[in-house]
Amino acid sequence: MTSDTATVAFPPDERLDEARARPLAHELGLTDDELDRIAATLGRMPSVSELGMYSVMWSEHCSYKSSRMHLRGLPTTGPQVLVGPGENAGVVDVGDGLAVTFKIESHNHPSAVEPVQGAATGVGGILRDILTMGARPIAVMDALRFGDPGGWTALDGTTVPPDPHQRHLVDGVVRGVGLYGNCVGVPNIGGETVFDDAYAGNPLVNALAVGVLRHTDLQLARAERSGDVAVLLGSATGRDGIGGASVLASATFEDDGEDRRPNVQIGDPFAEKLLIECCLELYHAGLVSGIQDMGAAGIACATSELSSAASMGMQVDLDRVHLRDATMASWEILCSESQERMLALVRPDRLDEVLAVAARWQVPASVIGEVVEGSTLTLTRRGDVVAAAPARSLADEGPVLDRPSARPERMDALAAVDADAVDLHAEAARLTGGDVTTLLTRALAAPMLASKRWVHEQYDHLVLGGTVLRPGAAGAGVVRLPGTDRAVALSTVGNGRWCELDPREGTRRVVAAAHRDVACTGARPLATTNCLNLGDPTRPDQMWQLVEVIGGLGDACDALDVPVTGGNVSLYNASRGVPIPPTPVVGILGVLTRASDAVGRAVRDDGDELWLIGAPTTRGLAGSQLVRLLGHAPGGVLAPVDLGLERRLADVLVSAVADGTLRSAGSVGRGGLLAALARACVGGGRGAEVTLPDVDGRPATTDGRTLAQALCSESPGRALVSVDAAGARTLVARCEEAGVGAWRLGTVGGDALTLGAVATLPLDVLDRAHHDTLPATMGTTEERR
Amino acid sequence: MGARVGVVTFPGSLDDGDAATALRGVGGDAVALWHEDPDLRGVDAVVLPGGFSYGDALRCGAVAHLAPVMGAVARFAADGGPVLGICNGFQVLCEARLLPGALLRNAHLRFVSRPVDVDVVRTDTPFTGAYPAGQRLRLPVKHGEGRYVADEATLDRLEADGRVVFRYAPGDNPNGSARDIAGVCNAAGNVVGLMPHPEHAVDADLSEGTDGRPMFAGLLDLLAARV
Repeated sequence: MTSDTATVAFPPDERLDEARARPLAHELGLTDDELDRIAATLGRMPSVSELGMYSVMWSEHCSYKSSRMHLRGLPTTGPQVLVGPGENAGVVDVGDGLAVTFKIESHNHPSAVEPVQGAATGVGGILRDILTMGARPIAVMDALRFGDPGGWTALDGTTVPPDPHQRHLVDGVVRGVGLYGNCVGVPNIGGETVFDDAYAGNPLVNALAVGVLRHTDLQLARAERSGDVAVLLGSATGRDGIGGASVLASATFEDDGEDRRPNVQIGDPFAEKLLIECCLELYHAGLVSGIQDMGAAGIACATSELSSAASMGMQVDLDRVHLRDATMASWEILCSESQERMLALVRPDRLDEVLAVAARWQVPASVIGEVVEGSTLTLTRRGDVVAAAPARSLADEGPVLDRPSARPERMDALAAVDADAVDLHAEAARLTGGDVTTLLTRALAAPMLASKRWVHEQYDHLVLGGTVLRPGAAGAGVVRLPGTDRAVALSTVGNGRWCELDPREGTRRVVAAAHRDVACTGARPLATTNCLNLGDPTRPDQMWQLVEVIGGLGDACDALDVPVTGGNVSLYNASRGVPIPPTPVVGILGVLTRASDAVGRAVRDDGDELWLIGAPTTRGLAGSQLVRLLGHAPGGVLAPVDLGLERRLADVLVSAVADGTLRSAGSVGRGGLLAALARACVGGGRGAEVTLPDVDGRPATTDGRTLAQALCSESPGRALVSVDAAGARTLVARCEEAGVGAWRLGTVGGDALTLGAVATLPLDVLDRAHHDTLPATMGTTEERR
Repeated sequence: MGARVGVVTFPGSLDDGDAATALRGVGGDAVALWHEDPDLRGVDAVVLPGGFSYGDALRCGAVAHLAPVMGAVARFAADGGPVLGICNGFQVLCEARLLPGALLRNAHLRFVSRPVDVDVVRTDTPFTGAYPAGQRLRLPVKHGEGRYVADEATLDRLEADGRVVFRYAPGDNPNGSARDIAGVCNAAGNVVGLMPHPEHAVDADLSEGTDGRPMFAGLLDLLAARV
C-alpha cells in the first residue's frame, strides 16, 4: 500500500472531479477554503469517502474550529490533574491510587428533533467517553433547559397558558434520560432542570457522567504499536445518525426539524450495559493497548484520532465491519453514528482472549484492521482503496478560525436598566392586593423555583449502591467510590439570565455557584468540566459572547483552583434567528474523605440555629428569578463576584462539615434567600423563625426595595447553614478566622417559616408550593400521594 | 464465613453487585452465578436481583426464565430451597411460574423511583423472620413495570393462604398494584418475590436507611441454624 496519498486509484463510484466535489462539499457543510485545504493536503481531489470523513472531522462539533484558539487560554493543569483536555474525558487524582474521570456534553439538537432518543443517546455517548478512559461509570447527571410548560399560577393569580410542545419536549427528554440510564444501570444523582422561554425553540440537553478507575487502569486513545489489530466491539453499524455531528450539531436549523430525524441515532442501553462490562473485563485482564469510543463521526473519528495521537497509520478493511445493511456506501459506514460501539487495539497474540471475553458478554466483535507504521489512514472496500489520508490532517489539523467578534450595542441598553428598583410592597399591591405571603408562595411554586422531584423520581438513583444523598437533597450529587469511604460530589450550574447581561461575569458567577454547591456538601472542589451552549459563531455579537464566556470561565477556574479537564462546545443554538442566551453549564467535581460526613440542605432538628455565611447580602436582582417572575424586562448590571471570598467560604464549609459542626448547608442561588429557606424547611419537614439579613447595611424591613433584596437578591458568595448551639460558636470562630461573614438568622422549629413580621408561610402550604407544580403542570397529579 | 448464597447475573442484571454486597454485609458468602450455569454450585439460597435482564426483550423476565440457570433454580425451589426475587427477579419468578400473578406497567405509565412505606405481612418466610409482624419498612422502589396483577380468584386465594408477604402502606402504592401487594410467596413459603429493593437499604452511610438489612440477616441466621 502506498503512503503517498496523491496517487491512489479509486474505484469509479468514489472518484470526484472538482466540478462534483465542490457542490458535494457544500452540501456536507464544508467551505470552498476547506475543500481547497483538503485537496492541497492530499495532492488531489478527495474521494467521496474522504470528503465525508473530512466533513465530519472538520465540523464545528469535532474540530472546535470557532472556539479552539480561545479555549487554549483556559487553566488546565494542577497537581490533581492526571489527564487534561484532549482525551475523551479529564482524569483527576482523588488519592489512594484512585482517579475519577468526568465530562459533560451536549445533545441539544438531537433532543429538539426527537426528544426521547436524542436525550437517551446523549446519556449513552457520555458514558462511553468515561468508559474509554478505563473507568467504570458510577453516576450520571443531566442539565436540562426547556421553555415554560405553562399551566401554573402566575404571581397575579392567573394561569399561565399550557404549552403542549414544551410538555412534549420535557416529557420526552425525561423519558429518554430514564430509558437509557435506568436500563444501563448507572445512577442518576441529580443535575438541573430549568424552564425559561429563552429555550423554547432550542432546548438544552447536557449530560454529565463520572467514572472511577485505578491509576494503573488508565486507558488512552492511542495506536502506539505497529501490528496491533483493531477490533470493532459492539452494535452493528447502520445508517442511523449519519452526519449527526455536521448536520445537527454544527448548523442552525429551523422548521425542517422533523426532516432531520434520520440524523438522530437510536440508543440501545442493554447493548451498552454489555459493552461496559465487556470493556471493563478487557481492561482488567490487560488486553487493550488503546481504545476509542465511536460517537460523533463514528469510524472516521475513532481511526483517525487513534492513529494521529501516536503518529502512526492504520489500515482498515470496511468489508470486515459488521453492518445492519450490506448495501451501505463506504462513506456511510465511515460516518455512521450508530451507538454502543468501541474500537479497541489489541496485540495479535491476545486476540483470541479478547474475542472470548466479547462472546461471553454477547458483544459482537470484528477485526477490522491493524496499526501500521507511517501516518496514513487507509481504508479499503471490496479490495479497492476508498480513502487514504494523513490521519493527523483529519483529527488534528482541522481549520482554526479567528472569527470576528464585537460587543453588541444592545449591551448598553441592558446595562442601563435598574433591576434593583423592584419594590416588593408595590408589587404585592399590584399583583395580590397587598398580600406579601401569597406573592412569595406563588413565586416559590413557579416551575423555575419549585422542586424537580417529578423529574428525579423517573430515574434510578440507587443502582451500584453508592448514592449518599438523593437528588434534590443538596445542590450537588454525592456518590461513594466503590470499595472506599471516599465520595465525590458533583454539581452542574448554568444561568442564561445572568450570562445574557454579562457573559463574562455571568460565567464567573456560574463557576462560583457550582463550586459553592460542592463545598456545601463538605467536598473539596478539585476540577471543572464545562458545556458551552451558545449561538451562531459566524455572527460577531454571538462570537463575542463565546469569547467572553471562555474568558470568565478561565478567570474563575484559575482563581478557585479548579482546572478545566475537559468539556464540550455546542454552537448554533438558535431558533428562528434568535439565539439562546449564552449558557455555559459548568460541572465541578469535589472529593469527600468520608462519605458519611456529607450534609444536605434540609434542616435536621428543632432548636438548631440558622446562619447565613459568606458575603454580605447586596443588591442583586439583575438577571434574577424575581425580576423574571414579575415580568420586568431583563437588564441591569452584575456586581463582580469576590472569588477570593468564595474560596475562603468553601474552606469554612469543608472544614465545618468534616468536624461535624454543620447540620445542613445549601447555597443561596436562584431565587435568593427565600428559595434557600423554603428548600431547607420543606426538605427537613420543619419550620423556622427567621430575621432577614441587612442589605447593603440597611435593615431588611427599611422599605419595599430593601425587602425585595433581602428575600430574592441573587448576590453571590452566600450559604445557608444550620448548626446546634455549640456548633454556632465553632462556626463563628471559623468564619472570623477565615475572614468570612456570619449572620445569625434564627431558629429551626414550628410548623411555619416565619420571616420576621413580613410573612408567615405554613409548612404544608410551602410543601405543596414546592412539590405540586411539576406533577400538575405535566398532567400527572393523579399519581401523587 | 456464613452460608453460601447465590446471586444470579443475567445479561442486563444491574443490582447483582448490590445484592452480593448486602449479603456480605451480614456475614454471608455471596456466590456469583452466571445465567448459563447448569447448576447452583451447592449454594444454600438464591437471590435473583433487579435489573433489565436481556434488555426487557419481549416482556420483563420473559427471556431470563428460559436461561439454563433457571432450570436449576426451579429444581432448588421445588426442594424447598430459599429463593428471593427482587424487582426484575420477582418478574422472572412470575414468568417462570414459581410465583403466581404478573407485573405489568405502572398504572401511571412512568418509571417510579422513590422510597415507599411497606408493611411486612407474613414473617414465617426465610426472608422475613427477622421482622416483627406488621412492621412498617421504608424501602426504595424503582421500576417501570411493578403493578402486581392476578385474577380475583387467585388474589383471594393468596390472601386466604397468607401468601401476601409485603403490602404497600395505605396511600403509598406507587404503581397501582392489586390490593397494594408489594410481594408474595409460593405455597410452601420458600420462594418470595417483591418489587421494593431491600439491598439498597442496608448501609447507614447511604441515602436509604437500613430497613432492608434484616431481610438478609434473617436469611443468614436461618441458614446458620439449619447447619
